[in-house]
Amino acid sequence: MADTIILEVERFEPERDTEPSYQSFEVPLRADWMVLDALTHIKDHLDGSLTFRWSCRMGICGSCGMMINGVPKLTCETLLMNFAPGPVRVGPLVHFPVVKDLVIEMDDFMAKVQKVRPWIVRKDDFKPAREFIQTPAQLEAFHQFSLCINCTLCYAACPVSGLDSNFIGPAAIALAHRYNLDSRDQGLEDRLDIVSQHEGIWDCTVVGECSVVCPKGVDPSLAIQQYKLTATKEWFKSFLLPRGKN
Amino acid sequence: METSAHDILIIGGGGAGLRAAIEIAELNPTLSVAMVSKVYPMRSHTVSAEGGAAGVAGKDDSIDEHCYDTISGSDWLGDQDAIEFFCNEIPKELLRLEHWGCPWSREPDGRIAVRPFGGMKKMRTWFASDKTGFHMLHTLFQTSLKYGSITRYDECFATRLLVEDGAVRGLVAIELRTGKIRAIQAKAVIICTGGAGRVFPFTTNANICTGDGMALAYRAGAPLKDMEMTQYHPTGLPFTGILITEAARAEGGWLLNKDGYRFLQDYDLGKPTPTPVFRSMELGPRDRVSQAIIGEFEKGRAFHGPYGDYVHLDLRHLGEHKIESRLPMVRELCLKYENLDPVREPIRIRPVLHYMMGGVHTDINAATTLPGLYAAGEAACVSINGANRLGSNSLGEILVYGARSGRTAMQYIEGANGGAKQSAILAQAADEERRLEQQFLRKTGGTERISKLRDEMSHTMETGCGIYRERNSLVESANKLSELHERYRNVAMDDHTRTFNTQLTSALELGFMLDVAETIVHSALNREESRGAHQRRDFPKRDDNKFLAHSMASRSAEGPPRIDYLPVVITRWPPGERVYGR
Amino acid sequence: MPQYTTFQPKPYRPRMSAYWYLDQWNYLRYALRESSSFFVAYFAVITLIQIAALKAGPTHYAHFQALMRCPVVIVLNAVALAFILLHAVTWFMLVPRVALRQVLNKPTPDIIASAPNFMVWFGATLIIALFILGVF
Repeated sequence: MADTIILEVERFEPERDTEPSYQSFEVPLRADWMVLDALTHIKDHLDGSLTFRWSCRMGICGSCGMMINGVPKLTCETLLMNFAPGPVRVGPLVHFPVVKDLVIEMDDFMAKVQKVRPWIVRKDDFKPAREFIQTPAQLEAFHQFSLCINCTLCYAACPVSGLDSNFIGPAAIALAHRYNLDSRDQGLEDRLDIVSQHEGIWDCTVVGECSVVCPKGVDPSLAIQQYKLTATKEWFKSFLLPRGKN
Repeated sequence: METSAHDILIIGGGGAGLRAAIEIAELNPTLSVAMVSKVYPMRSHTVSAEGGAAGVAGKDDSIDEHCYDTISGSDWLGDQDAIEFFCNEIPKELLRLEHWGCPWSREPDGRIAVRPFGGMKKMRTWFASDKTGFHMLHTLFQTSLKYGSITRYDECFATRLLVEDGAVRGLVAIELRTGKIRAIQAKAVIICTGGAGRVFPFTTNANICTGDGMALAYRAGAPLKDMEMTQYHPTGLPFTGILITEAARAEGGWLLNKDGYRFLQDYDLGKPTPTPVFRSMELGPRDRVSQAIIGEFEKGRAFHGPYGDYVHLDLRHLGEHKIESRLPMVRELCLKYENLDPVREPIRIRPVLHYMMGGVHTDINAATTLPGLYAAGEAACVSINGANRLGSNSLGEILVYGARSGRTAMQYIEGANGGAKQSAILAQAADEERRLEQQFLRKTGGTERISKLRDEMSHTMETGCGIYRERNSLVESANKLSELHERYRNVAMDDHTRTFNTQLTSALELGFMLDVAETIVHSALNREESRGAHQRRDFPKRDDNKFLAHSMASRSAEGPPRIDYLPVVITRWPPGERVYGR
Repeated sequence: MPQYTTFQPKPYRPRMSAYWYLDQWNYLRYALRESSSFFVAYFAVITLIQIAALKAGPTHYAHFQALMRCPVVIVLNAVALAFILLHAVTWFMLVPRVALRQVLNKPTPDIIASAPNFMVWFGATLIIALFILGVF
């Protein structure tokens, strides 16, 4: 095994460039290094202007999503040695505007998350004496969908997100679904009009890549397809068994 | 210079900051709340917490018992009035979070489940599988999206507090996206910026934990309390420092040395039993367990690895089913970062720096000594945790004190008189903009690399001010830090651009860390006793006559911080012996 | 040099290529799967033609059979068969697990959802084949 490996990193400096270009760096190839360790090595010792987001380095904060050899990954969980002898291409997540180097603009994503009303909605005044009773089975119903760390790898993997930036996207829909399935929530109707519009669930053509790249096993594709079933059922109910809006 | 104004400004978007914002938004939706964070809120370090949050739940448990466990856990340095308030409030806060959607793990009958935790006599730790901090943070963040009165300044890096006429009136921050310097004014400021683990080389803390808020308050004139109380978590992975939750021991894990021996029994922590016993052996408090592991290192009974000595945390006897259902993240982390399956092999661990008991001094209401300045969470020191924090008390603290600081700030601004003198504020902000440009952005010819200074700082902190300290090592560290402060003036910058300049933020963070490190070392030097997480080889006993008091580190005009003492508040629990395993 | 005004950086907005599905094997598989619906329609049309030929009488049906024996048509039908199999397999691997999750409300292994569908499919195919081969 060689001592070093080449990283080809996509650079973009908005004060100087109109478009990105690649810059090569030679870094040590250590057996327990993740790609993130290689990037911090470059920033610490080779070029302090290399700009990227990172924080927890244990795959839970969702900051460090980047394209590694064309595949969206969390750099803190991707072993560098897997790419030996290299070179390794590192770029910013696709389908997002690039602010600088490996940093993408997150405003759109944050707005989409807010749009789906990701909080417990209660329609009645019921307040339990202590906790809402929720059996382990009821918890299991939505638990998987609550594991999303907002890393947006799924948006980078989804071709619909790339072609149509209005698409609400896998993570936002999975989050809405998480609340719909939570036995304590009564907000299904409130979220329907947002999620079941054209840029909501119906924009999804079941490519399935979002679930493939998700580092936490959320399976957003499953959430979206389930949501389609739910939305269809609600649509039938709305004219077969109409209820007055209060 | 862009200016904006709000009623209350919160620095930090983690558990404490979000809880404070929600409290204010709920109680008074007409108040404009600003939340300034250098990262998006869901990236805050609260997200990494795993084990749980303690709150009295069962009929066989009582608030007083939780108080006693916390007080004895703190080695009697915790303020008992604050601890009583905290233990009373925490169950209500945890329930409130449940109503907001937090997916707490449940008993078969649908009630909240609790698990045992280190240093606690009864089972009272609520948990959400082994990702409690993650679920709490996301619940708080998503709930905060409901309120229109909260304005978020995401990825804005606070560089200085604005102080006028002795009161805090806002802050200066760099808007990372554009590089714009913003002066954000407010009638009250709450610091919720978390800890400063990155001052040490091996830490569970994220990259962002650089003590920003502590340094900001310190530089503005607020004292930092009990800074020498730095908690080492016994079980961190050797290279990365990644945390292996205490829950692994609560579920029954064993600590073994190289001879396969459960060595904690040699350190007055009880006798080994096949299943865990509260407050005994592996369920002892973190400071004592970490010290025991260092003891094994020194006796030569530990394993040697490429990153130093380590011992084993054995989970094999728990079985795959229990590990998968109660500790799935532990398994995931070991497989990913150590290439090891805890179902089949023991985990390599060593003590790593985890938590700062110390922080910005506040009273029981979260108020600092500066009017208009409040603090909550790990950045603050009330003190709930004294000389050693019990696991699962900090997630509770961010909720209780996040809410409390919000309420206190609201009361303050009701009585506040008039706005600040605009000219004075704007002059300070312009001054800060000039400093950033001259010292960093336009600076050429610097010779010191940021990473080198940072490595030297963390190295001296580990060797001179680690788990065991003594006068000589502390003086050496203090001198080294002085030297680093000097060399910091000559820092080299590669990135002179405005847009998203993370080298600039690294340089500023290094400056914050050097200030915080100095307060740690000098507080440690002056406390000539051993208590909790602060262990002096030259003063191995606890000295309640001289040191039943908090160290207060204040900035002095030149040179090292001035250290004063503030007596601990004792109510119903006079100082006693800290007993575990007996 | 870009038109950079201080404090107003313009982000770079990459354009997605019209041939994005050629970038990765998983995307190409998806594109093929979607294209298979064309061949499902093709097969439906062939079946309608076959039924019409049946109704029209033996001479017309003989013409139909001759058409089906053309090499071009054989190749086309072979390609159609491959795509239709792809269509069926991907359908049975995707749809049942969504339906099952919707009903059961908890995570279950995918095989439990998909296997019954495959078994019914093979069973029905077997029975029909036996009919065609004259066993029944």
